[in-house]
Amino acid sequence: MTSGTIAAQITDYANRADPYPLFAELREQPVRREDDGTYLVSTYYEVRSLANDPRLSNDTSNRPPGYTRVGQPVESGLPPSFIFTDPPVHDRLRDTINRPFGPPHSPRFLDGLRGGLAEVVTELLDAFEGKDQVDIVEDFAYPLPVTAICKVLGVPREDEPRFHGWADALASSLDPQAGEDGQGKAQRARQDMGAYLADLIETKRRRPGPGILSALAPEMTPADLEATAVLLLVAGHETTVNAITNTTLTLLRHPDVLERFQKDPSLAVPLIEEVLRYEPPVQFVPWTTALADIDVADTTIPEGSPVWLMLAAANRDPRRFEDPDRFDPDREDNEHLGFYTGIHYCFGAPLARMELHVAVPELFRRVTFSRLLEDPPPYRANAVLRGPRHLPVAIEGLTA
Amino acid sequence: MSADTDVEVLRRQGRIVVVGASLAGLRAAETLREQGFAGSLTMIGDEPYEPYDRPPLSKQALLGRARPEDTALPRRRDIDAEWRLGVAAESLDRDTRQVRLTNGDTVPYDRLLITTGTRARPWFHPEEAALDGVFVLRTRDDSARLHRKLTGGVSRVLVIGAGFTGSEVASACRELGLEVTVAERGPAPLVGALGGVIGAVADRLQRKHGVDLRCGISVTALEGDDMGRLKRAHLSDGSAIEVEVAVVSLGAMRNTEWLAGSGVAAGPRGIACDAGCRVFDVNGIVTDDIYAAGDVARSPHPLFDYQFLALEHWGNAVEQAEIAAHNMICAGPDRRPHLWLPMFWSTQFGVNIKSVGVPPLGDQLVVAQGALDEARFVAVYGYRGRVIAAASFDRAKWLGFYGQQIASGAPFPPEYRAVDRRTETLHPIDPAFPDPHLPTHGPTVTLTGHSPSERRVTFVPSHA
Repeated sequence: MTSGTIAAQITDYANRADPYPLFAELREQPVRREDDGTYLVSTYYEVRSLANDPRLSNDTSNRPPGYTRVGQPVESGLPPSFIFTDPPVHDRLRDTINRPFGPPHSPRFLDGLRGGLAEVVTELLDAFEGKDQVDIVEDFAYPLPVTAICKVLGVPREDEPRFHGWADALASSLDPQAGEDGQGKAQRARQDMGAYLADLIETKRRRPGPGILSALAPEMTPADLEATAVLLLVAGHETTVNAITNTTLTLLRHPDVLERFQKDPSLAVPLIEEVLRYEPPVQFVPWTTALADIDVADTTIPEGSPVWLMLAAANRDPRRFEDPDRFDPDREDNEHLGFYTGIHYCFGAPLARMELHVAVPELFRRVTFSRLLEDPPPYRANAVLRGPRHLPVAIEGLTA
Repeated sequence: MSADTDVEVLRRQGRIVVVGASLAGLRAAETLREQGFAGSLTMIGDEPYEPYDRPPLSKQALLGRARPEDTALPRRRDIDAEWRLGVAAESLDRDTRQVRLTNGDTVPYDRLLITTGTRARPWFHPEEAALDGVFVLRTRDDSARLHRKLTGGVSRVLVIGAGFTGSEVASACRELGLEVTVAERGPAPLVGALGGVIGAVADRLQRKHGVDLRCGISVTALEGDDMGRLKRAHLSDGSAIEVEVAVVSLGAMRNTEWLAGSGVAAGPRGIACDAGCRVFDVNGIVTDDIYAAGDVARSPHPLFDYQFLALEHWGNAVEQAEIAAHNMICAGPDRRPHLWLPMFWSTQFGVNIKSVGVPPLGDQLVVAQGALDEARFVAVYGYRGRVIAAASFDRAKWLGFYGQQIASGAPFPPEYRAVDRRTETLHPIDPAFPDPHLPTHGPTVTLTGHSPSERRVTFVPSHA
């Protein structure tokens, strides 16, 4: 990618705090070809249509040499996790992993985790006592999702801190700007975590306990299972941190909505969905590839082209959402693309929604906020999993 | 007075009567109010219940996971209607613009919407149909009765007809641990709707789940004991089986008899209407005050050679009702066409089956994704070189894409690379639909010819 292209501007850290003007510019040409042959698709109906198109592959080994091949195994690495595979491999893996995780076979699994997560939220908020300022990221949003993933997998509580470090390294690798250094760190984290998980899976195989690893150990190869656990951590950790943080940030920027929410906690459902539209935790999906020439919006995307699906731009497409730059929890028919669509629709979406619904209402019930201490807050480098690195806020009080 | 003034008067103080208080009728009524209709609204339904949802009746309700009485349709808004439930419409007088009810009442209208739907085709022999243990499945009461019977200590069930309803009943029976025999006159289950190639997959699925499936077999007689209870079924191969329960699943009949003599183009294949849901009279002239929607309506569709299509699909009922309601209370230039792409789904033996387009129109078929022998696939149907339909087993998420292919007249066979394509080149085969002259059990899309007033239509797809 040459500098000055719109993709370069989107990944440029200078635009991280507010990429939306760029997305608006991008939508003027719904399917845009970058100089290097990458196609950026930014309008709602076109993104939705491509995400459901069997001519689009998530297996980046279909890209011609020279393009970034996200998710491919490097030497001695793990097999690609299911997000980077196509059917039938994808379907076989995802169907297997879904068995202990969700309906129809395990309709109550996630709900069983709710109480434990609520306790974590309570502990985190109790620690706000006596403070007049907190960092929503470090002090609240960050610890919950790792605990949630560890509970899903069945990782012992005492090992959770190790997962935090791995999660950071892995998440940053999804950034197209990560470079060789970032990819290398991610690769080491994959290997370390893989080694840890191999031991854990062996333990679970001998002595099954709670969590999906125990259920899956007899069903999958250790390598596939390790790759899956790594994926769940990458995809489920930083995204959820960002979702919780973005919700807090957005509410503090919209005091009228905040006031309504405090009077009416049932506003949580449409409010959280609107945040997922307005500030989606995964801003775009840069790892798809055209398997054939695809005609979309009067443009032909040639076979072999890398395709970026710009979810955050599509979520603010005025052809689909009226007054799209307005944060409006009363929005009807809010079928946003915050969790993607099609066969790669976010596997963890029900878990993410549960975490948000455990965390956000309780945060605003107990904490009396004064104001944002930095607006915009400092952001992480990652353009794909975009979110604040810190969110310092002044608080006035805490109720039980 | 201009036509537009008439519309304004109608919207303010007109009388709209909806005959048929099920999914289509309710959604139409809600749309009327949503779009500002302030006149009087009367809902007439022959069942004593407020509108309820039918898909669960052959699935969750038979398993006891949902109670039939809990299937009331969620309301989108208050419709401020006068409900006339438990009383059927008996006749229509177009000259005086009145609907006569079976209790002798007459209900005058300015606009009439007909959403009378279908009923289960009964067993052909009335005395045998009346035996204790012989069931059909269409209504809430049917489902409740059948559920009680299935969970009341029976051992073997006979399902007559392996269309979608029959197959779903067989699936529920197996899930309840009951022995079940399915007798299907055609060569395979689902053959009328999806053809013999896909039917063969459904055939294996049923047998794998322990169904005693007998294809190419008719039930010739149902025999009762002295107490009038079903005890035996006689089959066309000369054999007989001992059964206490028989579920007759021979498709649906359209509720149009009450319109006999009214002069509207209504018959066994449905009520002919234009793409704007306005009903034709028998001369093929469109009426301006009578509309139809849902299972009972048949209307021309440009994607399918302008043939009249009758669609027994949940989604069609909703969308057609909304279009009909909109068109009933707007001026001519604002009317919208009903151009819904046919779509239906079924759940049976743990598999989600979904279809878009009109498979029976297909003259060729390819397995575009997945594999038939895994029972996970998308099959695409072609008609004269373009994509006309697709059906999936456990791969429903792809059907939106194939819907676009159908709508855009994409060429068949699809020659592009795609995920989960198992062969380099696709070789089209005959989808093996049965001779359309033979009756089949419950296709949910019916091509009903080109003429609005035709009462008997023979449609012969032109095979290459």
